[in-house]
Amino acid sequence: MSQDSVKRDRPWLMRTYSGHSSAQASNQLYRTNLSRGQTGLSVAFDLPTQTGYDSDHPLARGEVGKVGVPINHIGDMEALFDQIPLDQMNTSMTINATAPWLLALYVAVAERQGVEPSTLQGTTQNDVLKEYLSRGTYIYPPEPSVRLTTDLIAYTVEHIPKWNPTNVCSYHLQEAGATPIQELAYALSTAIAILDAVKASGQVSEESFHEVVGRISFFVNAGIRFVEETCKLRAFGRMWDELTQQRYGVDNPKQRRFRYGVQVNSLGLTESQPENNVQRIVLEMLAVTLSKSSRARAIQLPAWNEALGLPRPWDQQWALRMQQVLALETDLLEYDDLFEGSHVVETKVLELIAGAREEMARVESQGGLVTCIETGYVKSELVQSHTLRMRNIESGELKIIGVNCFEETAESPLTAGEESGIMKVDKRAEEEQLTSLRHFRSNRDFDQVERALELLRAAAIDGTNIMPPSIECARSGVTTGEWSEVLREVFGEYRAPTGIDIAPLTGGASEALKLVRESVRMTGTELGRPLRLLIGKPGLDGHSNGAEQIAVKARDAGFEIVYEGIRLTPHQIARAAQEEGVHLIGLSILSGSHMELIDDIFTELKRIGSADIPVVIGGIIPEQDAEHLLQNGLKAVFTPKDMDMNGIMSAMVSIIRKAHGLEVLS
Amino acid sequence: MQQSDDKISADLAAAVSEGDRSALASALNLLDDQRARVRSQAAELLALLQVNQQFRDRHLIGITGPPGAGKSTLCAALISVWRKRGLRVGVLAVDPSSPISGGALLGDRLRMQTSHEDDGVFIRSLSSRGQFGGLSAEVWPMSIVMLAGFDIVLIETVGVGQREADIAQLCDTTCYVAQPGSGDSVQFLKAGILEVPHILVVNKEDMGNVARRTLAELRSALNREHPDGHWKVPVLATSATTNAGVESLADVIDEHHNALTTQQTLLPRRRRYQIYWIHKRLLEEFGSFGIERLGGEKKFLAQLEKNQLDLFQHYESLRKQLHKI
Ligand code: B12
Ligand SMILES: Nc1nc2c(ncn2[C@@H]2O[C@H](COP(=O)(O)OP(=O)(O)OP(=O)(O)O)[C@@H](O)[C@H]2O)c(=O)[nH]1
Ligand SMILES: [Mg+2]
Repeated sequence: MSQDSVKRDRPWLMRTYSGHSSAQASNQLYRTNLSRGQTGLSVAFDLPTQTGYDSDHPLARGEVGKVGVPINHIGDMEALFDQIPLDQMNTSMTINATAPWLLALYVAVAERQGVEPSTLQGTTQNDVLKEYLSRGTYIYPPEPSVRLTTDLIAYTVEHIPKWNPTNVCSYHLQEAGATPIQELAYALSTAIAILDAVKASGQVSEESFHEVVGRISFFVNAGIRFVEETCKLRAFGRMWDELTQQRYGVDNPKQRRFRYGVQVNSLGLTESQPENNVQRIVLEMLAVTLSKSSRARAIQLPAWNEALGLPRPWDQQWALRMQQVLALETDLLEYDDLFEGSHVVETKVLELIAGAREEMARVESQGGLVTCIETGYVKSELVQSHTLRMRNIESGELKIIGVNCFEETAESPLTAGEESGIMKVDKRAEEEQLTSLRHFRSNRDFDQVERALELLRAAAIDGTNIMPPSIECARSGVTTGEWSEVLREVFGEYRAPTGIDIAPLTGGASEALKLVRESVRMTGTELGRPLRLLIGKPGLDGHSNGAEQIAVKARDAGFEIVYEGIRLTPHQIARAAQEEGVHLIGLSILSGSHMELIDDIFTELKRIGSADIPVVIGGIIPEQDAEHLLQNGLKAVFTPKDMDMNGIMSAMVSIIRKAHGLEVLS
Repeated sequence: MQQSDDKISADLAAAVSEGDRSALASALNLLDDQRARVRSQAAELLALLQVNQQFRDRHLIGITGPPGAGKSTLCAALISVWRKRGLRVGVLAVDPSSPISGGALLGDRLRMQTSHEDDGVFIRSLSSRGQFGGLSAEVWPMSIVMLAGFDIVLIETVGVGQREADIAQLCDTTCYVAQPGSGDSVQFLKAGILEVPHILVVNKEDMGNVARRTLAELRSALNREHPDGHWKVPVLATSATTNAGVESLADVIDEHHNALTTQQTLLPRRRRYQIYWIHKRLLEEFGSFGIERLGGEKKFLAQLEKNQLDLFQHYESLRKQLHKI
């Protein structure tokens, strides 16, 4: 049978989430990827850009260009899309708290390219609610943040009609431990919170409101239990269809369609035997492609070395090729829905829907998602789920190949070699970015900048749409830090609940935990008071899972825990450690800025006279860095392959004992 | 080592009084330390600070109320007000600990974030460690050390019923924060389960009607003088998140302090509370049997009243006496 005789569906959009070092370097990367057959752009911004700081802000130290591209002003944005005609591009931007600003820059660059802004196509993630629950790049309190979200939506629906203004995310919830039911419930509750806010803002007419509903898209996760995940996506489609019809009265079925993009699960990708991640990624991709009626519109895949560090171009190419093989070599796209009529699938779908409905009702009865974020309810539920997952991995109930079973392995050629299989961002990138930023600042019309910022402030205060003055700011040469700072002054800043105040899991303590408890208690008695541990997340890194799980475990092991959440300065951490009289500081850093941050923390501790407190770190720490840090006074380094949490607890007790001249327990 | 202990304590006391943060941290660690050798050092430190002669102009304030009423957030709001008035603030935040593992999450600190760089604020968390009602036994000595370094010392503790009434026997001013809509506070007050505070606050007034209703209920339930005398208990509304009413609360707290000093009841009261604390602590440690050994409750209390020396030293010597028996 010849291939052309069969009608094939069009493949989904294949994306690679990327960006690093500088606008110029990222532009190079995008153009290479486009020439290799990638069909859309997915921009990763660095953490300062995502949290509203210029590259030369003290909090940005070590983070500039690390996990994404730094965009400070229109000059950077222009360089990012150099020779990429925006009228022919579909650009997805993972940006939230500063979404209106990055969209404003995009519009301003389009104007400079001579492209009519109304023809632009793409997506701003613009789902700030999950930032408080998982992703961590929020700035302002929930209420004004939701207002910025709705301003962007109201603006695009009128002025950039093909734009997807909001990508409601459940992806990050699963990465923070959510079960499929929680993913369904909280994502849909998020959509409700956003749509209700748009409606309440009075900025869009009844007719346009249906258009808004139609433009909401989703960004979901697909984990390794791929059958259940397939069912979850069918459940999503059905629940969305029903919700948009019943709650918002949308009659047009097209506007009720559940449109979604995917990044498959990365939380389950391992540092040990990392080649196994390839199988995992491919299987997870099946969950969102097999069923035609609930197939993803766009997919981006992580790379095999996800748990080691940032992927290199070759690693990303490999991930892209996985998609291409599935879409173009296999016969998948020749068939109608494979699961229609399967009562096995149907039963599971109904079960998920029932569970999700129940949880949504619980959220609604507590005042809706925004309130449940403020009270910490949802965050605690997520931490609870993740704690359960960790416990099951520890006990072996949840099998992870290469981690808690089949651990023996031959030497891997993948991680051999100079760079040990990951991308190293050139240290000079930060320097160069700072120079170019200073140059840009001194060459702009300062009065014009001031005027634009005043317009922005006025809109922030009086509640008129934030987009027009933001676009004016973009044109005028305002920087990311300046735009965000004006809004910080008007809206204030926020610190979200940490969710770690959960009840201990039922089922009692394991023997290993009991042993650890005894050593914690005994050491506390020997030292005169209960052992105290400060868990610190310095810098802009928002990865909180590790810190949360260590905090919960350490509490259950008998430690007194001080944990104040993400994004603290080295100064704040050192000071809290002193005020609280802790026996040990445990840092958690996954964003790659550990070298600079640990250096700063040691300096601070010395300055305030607390250099005697021992410090350990956990997170994504490449081996070479670990060696260097251990030589410079750090007491221990833990990475994702250290899955034995009781072991980590014992190691910490030993470090405390050693620091106080007590003999180490066997 | 032993010989230089005196000098260590003297240096520490001097540094604490100058507001040295590192010294204060060490002093608090010292007071927390249960090892016998360290206890006497702690007693010395407290004696050196001359608690009973000084700190008349300083203010020890207790903030209590049901879980989640907004105590920590309100503390943060109060701290900003006091900082603007140029006052230095020390905080002791007490969190419950797990009876099984002994572990605790010291969570109040998170909500008390004020200015990061401010040297005029110092927060130490404590776990209740399952003893001494809602308080930790170390709170009293620690609050004394903090008074040496700060104009205002705030103690936050969860409290709903009689069991947690200790805070009222510790602070100059006790402030109860009620949660709007929960009738508990009113019921407890009426039933006499809740010790009458000096100031009653209905927080979260931004919640609107519910808050107004609770405010009205409490006002009618509490239209009276404080049992201490000469003080009519005010009932205020605040919002820790919008800062509404927080300035007035700070003013009222200050008024109570003024009332205590002009009536010259501040220092005698602190002394009385300290005796109460010692009594209670010894009872916990040695039971009524221990008190009998000291000559019975009456004699023992009378001795404490008479004592012109430092009470903490007295306490330590009583402990030693009992341990020898
Ligand atoms: C989950 C995850 C997320 C979640 C985080 C959810 C959350 N609230 O934590 C989400 C989806 C939000 C996310 C977002 C991003 N992520 Co991410 N993420 C991961 C992922 C897949 C797993 C991390 C994890 O949570 N593991 C589970 C926990 C329990 O393990 P752990 O933290 O490693 O902790 C263990 C040990 O390390 C140790 N430990 C850790 N901390 C501590 C502390 C102490 C005191 C002790 C004793 C021990 C200890 O003990 C733990 C138990 O084993 C990793 C890759 C991977 N597989 O590791 C990427 C990864 C960390 N992310 C990465 C990036 C780039 C990002 C983004 C910056 C992308 C972007 N440009 O926008 C964003 C932004 C996040 C932000 N605000 O900073 C990179 C970092 C690159 C680098 N270091 O060079 C990684 C490595 C992926 C990659 N290869 O690109 N991410
Ligand atoms: N609406 C509103 N919420 C408030 C106010 N004060 C505090 N909150 C919220 O109430 C919740 C609890 O606040 P906390 O300050 O932690 O309360 P707490 O009494 O210290 O709680 P515990 O120490 O756990 O007993 C948080 O979500 C606060 O944001 C207020 O005035 N208005
Ligand atoms: Mg509190």
